[in-house]
Amino acid sequence: MGVIVNGTDVELPDDPRVSLLDLLREGLHLSGTKKGCDQGACGACTVLVDGQRILSCLALAVQYEGRSVTTIEGLGDEGALHPLQQAFIEHDGFQCGYCTPGQICSAVGMIEELRRGVPSHVTADLAATAIPCSRDELRERMSGNLCRCGAHNGIMDAIAETYGAETHREAAE
Amino acid sequence: MTPFSYVRAADADAAVRHSGADAKYLGGGTNLVDLMRETIERPGTLVDVTGLSAGITETDGGGLLIGAAVRNTALAEHGLVRRRYPMLARAIVAGASPQIRNMATVAGNILQRTRCAYFYDRAGSRCNKRQPGRGCDAIDGFNRMHAILGASPSCVATHPSDMCVALAALDATVHVSSADGERRLPFADLHRLPGDAPDLDTVLLPGDLITAVELPPLALAERSTYRKVRDRSSYAFALVSVAAALSVENGTVTDVRLALGGVAHKPWRASKAEQALRGQPATEAAFRVAAAAELAAAEPLRDNTFKVELAQRTIVAVLGELAGVEVTGGGA
Repeated sequence: MGVIVNGTDVELPDDPRVSLLDLLREGLHLSGTKKGCDQGACGACTVLVDGQRILSCLALAVQYEGRSVTTIEGLGDEGALHPLQQAFIEHDGFQCGYCTPGQICSAVGMIEELRRGVPSHVTADLAATAIPCSRDELRERMSGNLCRCGAHNGIMDAIAETYGAETHREAAE
Repeated sequence: MTPFSYVRAADADAAVRHSGADAKYLGGGTNLVDLMRETIERPGTLVDVTGLSAGITETDGGGLLIGAAVRNTALAEHGLVRRRYPMLARAIVAGASPQIRNMATVAGNILQRTRCAYFYDRAGSRCNKRQPGRGCDAIDGFNRMHAILGASPSCVATHPSDMCVALAALDATVHVSSADGERRLPFADLHRLPGDAPDLDTVLLPGDLITAVELPPLALAERSTYRKVRDRSSYAFALVSVAAALSVENGTVTDVRLALGGVAHKPWRASKAEQALRGQPATEAAFRVAAAAELAAAEPLRDNTFKVELAQRTIVAVLGELAGVEVTGGGA
């Protein structure tokens, strides 16, 4: 058994040292997923595994046998953008674009966590079953994805618009 | 990364059978893969134990049995954890990033290694934890993030986990399997102080496999929390953190659990402060006395003197929050 990438069965590498990130980029030429720090600090390599966002740089590909991986290429393409991709364009959610695939995969996984009721560091009421889709929640939940161009405000606007958070700027901003 | 063979263990017995002197157990990989890439860890075999128990079940006594392979996110979102042990849910979501918490297992979190920069700097720094007997470049180096309690001339590293601070406060028990059978040990006794053997983070022996963590029933933990002080508001290791549970009746502290993170080689159970608090009035003055009692033994380094007061202020603030007592802050 191999690993399923964007719906296609793919053979696992013979060498267990190969990270999921290197399998995607070097083995499958799916270069949308980016290698930033390669040590789990930046989030550029974020992909979805069975719907959950993970860091592909810290994942050994052999650990993901039988699992279903979705990369940015699996979310949308030039002819059919994912709603988040369209929103990133409209809100200037990037400058150089290097962190963007990771940001978008992360946001897709993030909103499922929020809807499922996974608490975050800023969730006031741990007992609450419904967590508000506020900007504070979105910011905290996206903190594992760094943008060195500093496009975070545009990124937040794009995510907030796509997922229906209150879109008005807070007074402090 | 040096070459290794990879084997997936179907259960704990198989995992222990596969473990040799040259093997390491692999959880989510969020720390171990990084250490292997830096060639700080060079196992000959990786035994993948993520297929082991990922269940969270209530024990007969009303506690919780948490499988070693439970992911950090799954533990933080579990209803019983949020209601009965809120400090644990809060500690987990204060750590790492959501992506890492989706990968990281409970046992892997417990066994993660220090993030001391000198431990990581294989090319340019001496480190007794990495190479016993070589010396420590942190003691006279940039040591703002390092230990103020329980350190030794060999090592001033801190344990990086947030989750473990809550487990230390909650009187957790660790279930361990080995070729010799199964045993249990108090979580507070699992991690070591560095002494003259800082290469050993825990008392576990080669081949020992953590299979579960058990939380006892603890009514006062329903009123508990975790506060983490760090250089930025998210995705950073603790300068100081406090896990606390507090029970107050008629203005008197009847029971308390208190542990500190970011200050020592192990999650630091603040027993002296707990002792100083029991039976005392739930007032800022009493909280300050207790915090000072715990930090009296602190031996700060050149760059982290600030942690001594920061730890005390954070203890006082957290106890004040739990007691519903307004605290003024200011000098401890």
